[in-house]
Amino acid sequence: MSDNSNPHGQTTGHVWDETLAELTNPPPKWWMLGLHASWILVVLYTLYYPSWPLVSSHFKGLAGWTSIGEFKKDMKEVTDIRAKYEDKLPGMSAAAILADDELKNYVMRSSKVLFGDNCAACHGSGGAGNPGYPALVDDDWLFGGSIELIEQSIAAGRKGMMPKMGGAQLSDAEIDKLATAIHNGTITEEPLYAAKGCIGCHGPDGKGMAALGSANLVDKIWRFKAKDQLASIKATIAHGVNDPTDPNTRKAEMPAWKGRLTDTQIKKLAVYVHALGGGQ
Amino acid sequence: MTESSTSNESKARYSDDIYEEAANWHVNTGEEKIYPKKAAGKWRRLKWITHGIWLILFIGPYLRWNGQQAILFDIPNRQFHIFGLTILPQDVWMLALVLLFFAMLLAAVTTIAGRVYCGFFCFQTAWTDLFIWLEDKIEGPPAKRRKLDAAPWTAEKLRKKSLKLLVWFVISVLTGISFVAWFTDARQLWHDLLTFNASAIEYGVIALFIAGTMLLAGKLREQTCFWLCPYARIQGVMYDKETILPTYDFHRGEPRGRLKKGQLVEGNGDCIDCKQCIAVCPTGIDIRMGQQEGCITCSLCLDACDAVMEKIGRPTGLIRYASMDEMEGKTQLPLLKRPRVLIYLTILVLSIGGIIYGLTSLGHIEVKVLHGRTPLFVQRSDGTIQNKYDVKILNKTTDDISIKVTASGIEGMVLKGAEKPLLARKGNTGSYIMFINAPAENIKDERTPITFKIVNLDDPTQTSSYESMFFAPKP
Ligand code: SF4
Ligand code: SF4
Repeated sequence: MSDNSNPHGQTTGHVWDETLAELTNPPPKWWMLGLHASWILVVLYTLYYPSWPLVSSHFKGLAGWTSIGEFKKDMKEVTDIRAKYEDKLPGMSAAAILADDELKNYVMRSSKVLFGDNCAACHGSGGAGNPGYPALVDDDWLFGGSIELIEQSIAAGRKGMMPKMGGAQLSDAEIDKLATAIHNGTITEEPLYAAKGCIGCHGPDGKGMAALGSANLVDKIWRFKAKDQLASIKATIAHGVNDPTDPNTRKAEMPAWKGRLTDTQIKKLAVYVHALGGGQ
Repeated sequence: MTESSTSNESKARYSDDIYEEAANWHVNTGEEKIYPKKAAGKWRRLKWITHGIWLILFIGPYLRWNGQQAILFDIPNRQFHIFGLTILPQDVWMLALVLLFFAMLLAAVTTIAGRVYCGFFCFQTAWTDLFIWLEDKIEGPPAKRRKLDAAPWTAEKLRKKSLKLLVWFVISVLTGISFVAWFTDARQLWHDLLTFNASAIEYGVIALFIAGTMLLAGKLREQTCFWLCPYARIQGVMYDKETILPTYDFHRGEPRGRLKKGQLVEGNGDCIDCKQCIAVCPTGIDIRMGQQEGCITCSLCLDACDAVMEKIGRPTGLIRYASMDEMEGKTQLPLLKRPRVLIYLTILVLSIGGIIYGLTSLGHIEVKVLHGRTPLFVQRSDGTIQNKYDVKILNKTTDDISIKVTASGIEGMVLKGAEKPLLARKGNTGSYIMFINAPAENIKDERTPITFKIVNLDDPTQTSSYESMFFAPKP
């Protein structure tokens, strides 16, 4: 069966159906060269790059290539591209950055991560706010919406204070009256507003004062937004905000970020927040 | 005689036949150098003309259009410029159609008339033909070339060989440079090359092309078509029995035999076994053995055989374009009734339609608007509702332009962020944050369609618009 010759030439020795033998047709020489070139390339490749598994580690490759190295190289490229802008920021005020279209655009795009890491937990990823945490996208600012004041709010933090008015100061009926007027947007027409001293902090026009962080009572934006807005207003009047004498008081505090973030980061965030839609 | 012995005998005879054929079927895997003879005739002339299409490779990069290179594949900037049009990666679907078009064209032509591409248009054939033509000019006709190759090295041989290599080399260099010139500014490229300032990539690609051209057209030649080229095999399966191919009419030609005293021998066919068809064949095959993988349908054997037929006073066309059906005496379906042809044609027409549509509807500027989420809308203290938009403006023109953005959809709404004209850099997508404030009392729905429109202030005929949405609380 396995005689390797045949009247017609060399065979592989395989025979089928009794008479069909397979003739050996050697592949062309240049084709074989290609084959050898291929495996030589594979060997060289595995020598150059990390490859073979060893007992406790792996062969590191002669070129010293690592994927983390490549990653770092790429990251450096990104930092280098950003450097053109980043280098300018420390020497500029937030207002100046805001005035420069190109830099502002850069900050808007590049600070998304910074905002997401530090601010979004309370204020929402898009700055929409959360119950108890003010929205940053609207134009209502407790402590002022200018770029300087926003920067200050981030750097030093903010803690407003409203004394509790329930109990000794106001009766339940009076609280009802005031809350309803605030809810209707007509607080300045309510005599109790001036009589009970609310006007001292919230101002004769009811719009609040940025220096104190007192809320605007005549717009449509609620600092403590709730389903039952009227009840929420009553609770705020009764227990105050950050009043140490009342355990049920509203807690509202923006922590200070100076020390946790660099000055430049704070500046970038101020620009970012200002440009979210409501900066003044 | 038993039944099984009969079948065993016929089996043995059958396999003997196969071995016989295998042994006689000579396949050249490169060990044998082909010395094709210079052909002359109408097919040869036609072929030079069709090969001429490759002059575009050499001339194309130097065409200018409005002061710019007319055709430029700008890879670093991911743009393709063609006669003032800029095609960006966004338009890549057109490239798919172009490829589809050519694939179908190849299929349709191959079904009808075989490897027309190989014989008449392929760069492998064009450059090989040119190289062999030069070889013939410098070293002489095949017999002389053979002798020269076999001869020992003399000054004369050295002179001829080096002259040939030099000419080939110059062509290869030009090929490489011309190729690279499609991808970079052609004038600058020449300047850089002549001052040795070109980039490593440019030198590398040119070197690759030099090596490739010398090797493929100078050395490998028909071996490329036999073993290297995928199209050769792909096209083979597109044939059917109606495909017309260079065919030796064996009904007329056989039995072949040499002339005796200048006359056809009585009873012999028209083939006088002069082997001229083999002599001119660039792949070195014998067409008289029938259709085979080596034939690139270059038609040169038609010229060669016709010349012989004219000399011996027989009608031409012993080797001619004919289908297998014709050889078997069957009638052919008309071209437009063959299903394959029809299907290919349909796809061809559709893809051309798509390309034309794409090219004519390519805008110069384009706007896309993403509506800002989280929050969908913002309640403002003055009672208006604010939505945020990311407006992306694509400038496909060749200049930096200024763009005016407007939006409409709600009575009394204000677009913020588009007060100043915006600078859109050429070939770039710029993205701009904008806000729309709309008075709550004018908003009728939770979602109102808003149309953004951009105008090129430098050429107000160029506009683009995009429809987005304005979100508001339930009224
Ligand atoms: S087989 Fe390939 S390389 Fe040869 S002529 Fe045809 S397409 Fe060109
Ligand atoms: S057989 Fe004829 S058509 Fe085919 S490649 Fe040879 S010369 Fe060209």
